[in-house]
Amino acid sequence: MKRDPNDLQRYTASERANHWVVGISFILIALSGLALFHPAFWPLSMLFGGGVWTRILHPFLGVLMAVSFAAMAVRFWKLNVMTPTDWEWLKRAKEMVNGDDHNMPIMGKYNGGQKMLFWALVVCMALLFVSGILIWRAYFSGFFPVGVVRLGAVVHAAVAAVMIALIFVHVYAAIWVKGTIRAMWYGTVTRPWAKQHHRAWYKEMTGK
Amino acid sequence: MPLQSLDIAARSATTTPPPGIRKTLEVAKLIDVTKCIGCKACQVACMQWNDVRDEVGENHGTYDNPRDLTANSWTVMRYSEVESQERGLEWLIRKDGCMHCEDPGCLKACPSPGAIIKYANGIVDMQQENCIGCGYCITGCPFNVPRISEKDHKAYKCTLCSDRVAVGLEPACVKVCPTGCISFGSKEDMKDIAEERVVELKERGYGNAGLYDPQGVGGTHVMYVLHHADKPGLYHDLPTDPAISPMVSLWKGVTKPLATLGLAAVAIGSLFHYVTKGPNEVSKETEKEVEKELEEEGKQ
Ligand code: HEM
Ligand code: SF4
Ligand code: SF4
Repeated sequence: MKRDPNDLQRYTASERANHWVVGISFILIALSGLALFHPAFWPLSMLFGGGVWTRILHPFLGVLMAVSFAAMAVRFWKLNVMTPTDWEWLKRAKEMVNGDDHNMPIMGKYNGGQKMLFWALVVCMALLFVSGILIWRAYFSGFFPVGVVRLGAVVHAAVAAVMIALIFVHVYAAIWVKGTIRAMWYGTVTRPWAKQHHRAWYKEMTGK
Repeated sequence: MPLQSLDIAARSATTTPPPGIRKTLEVAKLIDVTKCIGCKACQVACMQWNDVRDEVGENHGTYDNPRDLTANSWTVMRYSEVESQERGLEWLIRKDGCMHCEDPGCLKACPSPGAIIKYANGIVDMQQENCIGCGYCITGCPFNVPRISEKDHKAYKCTLCSDRVAVGLEPACVKVCPTGCISFGSKEDMKDIAEERVVELKERGYGNAGLYDPQGVGGTHVMYVLHHADKPGLYHDLPTDPAISPMVSLWKGVTKPLATLGLAAVAIGSLFHYVTKGPNEVSKETEKEVEKELEEEGKQ
């Protein structure tokens, strides 16, 4: 559904659906994981029907997310290859965060920050998946020496904290940059939004 | 449920003090390996008192039966055949099971509040009704002791007969041992008994005899008298210097509260960024540019 004939299509319906599957499973995984992370978060286990259900559900949700994230990564990886302009953008990111984007280099569909986030999430997902298998006592831990399982526990907890922080930043960026969230609802953005934040992509889409 | 007469010194995944106003005597079980004949009476007594039965297994060519600790076998005898030049063949038999560490790695690792408790008397006990079956206790234990039951997915291990001890009885294995190899009482008394026995063993030519009460885990409430205390590994890989793994300490130490603060800082930082810098809106300038472009397009 196009809100305005001049709007630009940024995501297809299937890309958006894919992203929502990842997003919803991430929220459930993060909440159930945090319940086991520290006693301060233990009450979150009640959201899943108690501690036992939290322990059972978390890894299966993890597998769901790993699969849906892999599908998304395959779709988007080409668009996230870093270019010299992206590095230049990153060097100036501080100015942007401080509220002045006048000197920012012109960006394509994604800016340097978004691309770095993408790759950081790819690495986090891979580490969480591998370490998650190691500490999945019901099916897998028995196959590994205890030293490896211990390392897995440390990696899983540490990377989970990093990934949750990254997602905070990701969500906040979408809230901060007005007109962004609709890209995940309707798949479209306005022309001024595109021209302001992703001028090279705007040119590609409109020829202007 | 923990027995009220046994005060609680530590409780898993709990950040406030557990109930514990009473001062209880620290207890210990002393296993004098040098007196053990490997009859397995203790194994039988354990199953009987605790009313658990293991599957009938297979013969693996050793006397170890069952072959390993299980959710139903909380103690097993480990038979090691050791050959050395001075002594020829020795048959070293160790009663394996939970050591009831003063600093228990299982309790440290457990994420479920109250699934593992340590009584003031030193006994470490699992409270299966609070157990979620994650197996972190296995990851945390330096002695590879807890086991998750296939039947109910709860963790089980030796309770040091906390139910018997609470009413002034000795553990079932102590009660039944025919050679007097297992003693039970205050930790102080057990150390005294061990000391006397070690002197005796030294006189009999076991120059390295000694007490196994590993300080890396703060000492244990199950201790061994070993003829070869310099080489605990001879006794079916009893660890020489067990301690909670640094990995487990890192996993369960200050890093998590710090990470939690870090996450809170990111969230609150974002909020303050929004209210101090304001949202990143499309500038009027860009809007006008786009309008102009569209108008021109319309004219063409
Ligand atoms: C990718 C697939 C994943 C698998 C297979 C997996 C598996 C596991 C397993 C088996 C546990 C132990 C508790 C249990 O048995 O349920 C666990 C704990 C945990 N998981 Fe995951 N997980 C995955 C992804 C994630 C993700 C994406 C996050 C981050 C949001 C996460 C955060 C956590 C946290 C915080 C814990 C508690 C760690 C601790 O106790 O220190 N997991 N995970
Ligand atoms: S031996 Fe293992 S299970 Fe027993 S108290 Fe020590 S850490 Fe816990
Ligand atoms: S399996 Fe049970 S006792 Fe062991 S760590 Fe998990 S909740 Fe605690």
